[in-house]
Formats: sequence, structure tokens, C-alpha cells
Amino acid sequence: MAAPSSSNWVMESPHVPHVLAVDDNLIDRKLVEKLLRNSSCKVTTAENGPRALELLGLTSGGQNTMNGRSKVNLVITDYCMPGMTGYELLKKIKESSVMKEVPVVIMSSENIPTRINKCLEEGAQMFIQKPLKQSDVKKLTCQLMNCEI
Amino acid sequence: MEVGQMQRQWLDYTRSLFLEGFLDAQFMQLQQLQDENNPDFVVEVVSLFFQDSERLLKDLTFALDQNAVDFKKVDAHVHQLKGSSSSIGAQRVKNACIDFRNFCEEQNIDACLRCLQQVKEEYCLVKNKLETLFRLEQQIVAVGGSIPLVEPTQMSF
Repeated sequence: MAAPSSSNWVMESPHVPHVLAVDDNLIDRKLVEKLLRNSSCKVTTAENGPRALELLGLTSGGQNTMNGRSKVNLVITDYCMPGMTGYELLKKIKESSVMKEVPVVIMSSENIPTRINKCLEEGAQMFIQKPLKQSDVKKLTCQLMNCEI
Repeated sequence: MEVGQMQRQWLDYTRSLFLEGFLDAQFMQLQQLQDENNPDFVVEVVSLFFQDSERLLKDLTFALDQNAVDFKKVDAHVHQLKGSSSSIGAQRVKNACIDFRNFCEEQNIDACLRCLQQVKEEYCLVKNKLETLFRLEQQIVAVGGSIPLVEPTQMSF
């Protein structure tokens, strides 16, 4: 896993983290959802970038379909998706005034250094190699909740 | 057959699947995610994999059958299949997909057709193996036994 950036992404108040997981692959969505639930997260899944933006309330003229109580604490997205890539989704999130502080983690089956660097430079917190394992997700959520490993 | 024998049979069969490369460590990740709250997690995910793979293999057959093959489309399908097979630990299917993608890049139609055949064969093999494994599990559970916990060291790889 690439190292996280220095910005503080610990949640302000201790509560169940709400994670938005974005992946066009059905099996990967099911797996990431289970891994996150096992790490005590509330999970919403989306199958593409536009749907993710919709859920985050970032579509033009759109309302935040998840109210304040269900604010997303972390976005984890696949890189390779048809239409909008995970990188493009990352950019849109970082460009928004409302959501730019939300940590975004990129996943990919391919270990391409230029791809990883491009994402980290655009503000991704972390890059995780697929296939996802419990240890990857535990590390991620631990950092999010600032627990001691 | 009594429970202990069934469990040993299950362990031996599981071990053979790892040794013969049908499954890799990622499959154990799935097994470790199964618990009392999700007693059928592995079967559920693998069933999704079967459905998804069959759809992708159909699409691949169709795409390669066209007069003008759209290699981008073919590659996209193989990428999906590579991803899901990797995520469930179906190692030989995944490796066959990796080879397939290389030939997509070369736009080599004959090699792609051979790869498709290879992927189909590996898929059928792993499907049969996993269905056998699940049947063994059902038999154990039916007599009130529990599925042994798989430790990486037992799998000798």
C-alpha cells in the first residue's frame, strides 16, 4: 500500500464511519462491503462515478441525498471504471468545496507507479492493490478512527 | 461416513485445490470472512462469480465472433473477468485472463480465440471443483458438523 498523506483524516466525533465504496465489478463491491462491515463501518456502494457523485450530492443542481446524519467519512473507489475513472472521481471530489476534505482511497489491480503517483498528487489518501484483504481494510479504518494498532 | 472423516475429506480436498493452483490465498480471505452472521458468505460470493463469469464468457464469445472485432471491448470484458476471478482466488482463471489481455493488446484474433477456450476450460474446472467443495460442506453441516477453519500453514504454500 502507498503511504497516506500527512493530512489529518481522523473523524471529529467517535461514531460509526460511513464509507462510500465505488466499483463497477459486482463481486468486488460485495467483497469490499463485507470487509468494511467487518471493520464496523456503515457502507453505501455505487457502481460508477456519476452515481457516487449523485450520492455525495455533487451533481449540478442535485441535493445531498444522504442527510447530515449520514455524512460520508471515506470514499474508496476502483481506478478502472468505464465512463468516469476513479481518478476523475477523485478530482471531482477534491474540486468540490463541500467534499474536498473527505479522504479518498484508490484501489487497482494494476501496480503502475505513474498511476499511483498521479492519484496521490491529486490528493488521494492511499492507494491499495487489489484483491482487497482484511488487513488492508483494517489498517484503513483504524487510521480513520485513529485507533492504536 | 462419520463427521470426522467428512471433515478430513474436506480438508484434503481443499488442500488439493490450493496445491494444484485452482485457488490461491485470496480464497482463504473469503473463508475467513464467513462467520455466524454470514454463514453462507463464500457460497454467495462464488455464486455471484459464476453468474457474472458466464455472462462475460457469453459476451466474449459474441465479441470475438464479429467480422470486425472490437478489441477494446474484448479487453474490457477480460479485465472484468480477471478482476473477479482474482478477488475470489480463482488463480488459474485469473492467469488465463492475464494471457488473454496480452493478445488483445496485440490484436491477435487467433490467439484470442485460443485464450477464450483456455479461460472457458479453467472456469469449468474451478466451477466443478468449488461445487464439489460446497457439496462436501453441505454434507458436514447436514450431520451437525462444522466446516474446519483453514490455516495457511495447512495449505503448504
